Amino acid sequence: MSDTEIADIEAAPVKRSTRWHIAVFLAPAFLVYTAVMILPLIETLRLSLFNMVEGQLAFVGLNNFKVLFSDPRLSADFWNALSNNVVFFIIHMLVQNPVGIAIAAMLSVPNLRFAAFYRSAIFVPTLLSFVIVGFIWKLILSPIWGIAPGLMDLVGLKSFFAPWLGKPDTALLAVSLISVWQYVGIPMMLIYAALLNIPDEVLEAAECDGITGWSQFWKIKLPLILPSIGIVSVLTFVGNFNAFDLIYTVQGALAGPNGSTDILGTLLYRTFFGFQNQMGDRSMGATIAAVMFLIILAGVSLYLFVIQRRMRRYQF
Amino acid sequence: MSKARAAPLRTALIHLALIAYTVVALFPVFLTVVNSFKSRNAIFREPMAVPTPSTFSLVGYETVLQQGDFIGYFQNSLVVTVVSIALVLLFGAMAAFALSEYRFRGNTLLGLYLALGIMIPIRLGTVAILQGMVAAGLVNTLTSLILVYTAQGLPLAIFILSEFMRTVSDDLKNAGRIDGLSEYAIFFRLVLPLVRPAMATVAVFTMIPIWNDLWFPLILAPGEATKTVTLGAQMFIGQFVTNWNAVLSALSLAILPVMVLYVIFSRQLIRGITSGAVK
Repeated sequence: MSDTEIADIEAAPVKRSTRWHIAVFLAPAFLVYTAVMILPLIETLRLSLFNMVEGQLAFVGLNNFKVLFSDPRLSADFWNALSNNVVFFIIHMLVQNPVGIAIAAMLSVPNLRFAAFYRSAIFVPTLLSFVIVGFIWKLILSPIWGIAPGLMDLVGLKSFFAPWLGKPDTALLAVSLISVWQYVGIPMMLIYAALLNIPDEVLEAAECDGITGWSQFWKIKLPLILPSIGIVSVLTFVGNFNAFDLIYTVQGALAGPNGSTDILGTLLYRTFFGFQNQMGDRSMGATIAAVMFLIILAGVSLYLFVIQRRMRRYQF
Repeated sequence: MSKARAAPLRTALIHLALIAYTVVALFPVFLTVVNSFKSRNAIFREPMAVPTPSTFSLVGYETVLQQGDFIGYFQNSLVVTVVSIALVLLFGAMAAFALSEYRFRGNTLLGLYLALGIMIPIRLGTVAILQGMVAAGLVNTLTSLILVYTAQGLPLAIFILSEFMRTVSDDLKNAGRIDGLSEYAIFFRLVLPLVRPAMATVAVFTMIPIWNDLWFPLILAPGEATKTVTLGAQMFIGQFVTNWNAVLSALSLAILPVMVLYVIFSRQLIRGITSGAVK
């Protein structure tokens, strides 16, 4: 028996009888969560080790993963989706989070007028559903409607316009930027909250030492908000490696043109559920879900056990 | 916070940048809503203009209301969202109370177990969830969506609510116990009313992903009778892709409820996200 358990018993000497109400309070949440979330997750991981052999579901060990990684038919799709997904994530880290931090930094300037209005307005896209966001941008970027070329004409850049969503080399970048546009609100809000949390004394002390403006942001504020940037990064990571909806609404389940915007979420959907002439395959779907699970688990663990522990936290 | 530093140029630049980004954020929404009220010709000829009496037209909305069962989709979304939120709040608050109020063996472990779902998306279990729903005969029912969304919302709800419940005074609860209140009465009559602000925050956080989700409606309930607004709009737009009036009107209709809720709850939502900032 560990020390904490002993302490527990000593701390609660009065209520010794079975406290049924604790079980009653916990049961509904525990049951729904376990039955609908945890068990299916475990079952999916288990299914990834099984496949049809001569018409019967049989244990095949890691064979599904071997097929996924090296079978000429499937592996090309898988590696393509994985590398697109990595690019998708990198674009978010390079554009969404810095832009979010910049907006938050500007919003947190003391006595800025209309700050609440800017904040609310910039958060609007985050609330819209992917269907709305996907189609609005499809229309705006469409060469038929001419909004984007018309706007570029105003600044004399019309010759640079191209149907970005329709070209294999630019489609992934375009879709990623649409997603960035939608989600900038999240880093903005979290970083904004962290910036407001910095005590005035710290900033005043910095001012007394002659550190103001830009150098104050880089030398004082940025180190103080690093933990929040860490949280934003891990949220971005989980969200990106689990993304599906936006690609599906903008480019369809085939994630065209020519698979150039295919990510793990759309690959999972097609593989598991089937699409057009492709049959749905439960075992391979489960295998892809298992790979996504391992990727997300690895990212979250890296954050929890390595990055978060090394990060310096300041107590005020 | 008090010193207004004399840097008018810097302030002007900041406003300029923020206004520019606000335009970027709102322009697409503006464009959609404005054009949904125009005739087809006007949409193409003058996409940026606001509707004038000569270009005003409701033909898109007429198509949407005639062709798609949007009222039905709205009802489905509303039922799924409201019931899921209610269950998340009730079950989540009960579990959060048990975890924060009582000391029992396995408390920490259970807390960690329930927090797993904050980081691991429920989507990854879809293969087995569908299998289970097929076995239970729940495919193409709103119940299947409600179950999934309840499970999805619980981890964050329990996490946030138990933080708040720790701040409820012990003296109050003990006074209730001395007055002979049962543990259930203490929870429902003393603690729940006190954590209402936190419940509102959790409700808003839970609501947005449920209302906007496309994945589970597509997989678990794609039938005509159980389509949610998000899925209904997606399918409708897919069919009417060349009828721009109808597409823009469908999009505007889908934006409307979210905007109404945002206007009502924005203070709650922003306070929830920035909480901790309020010292």
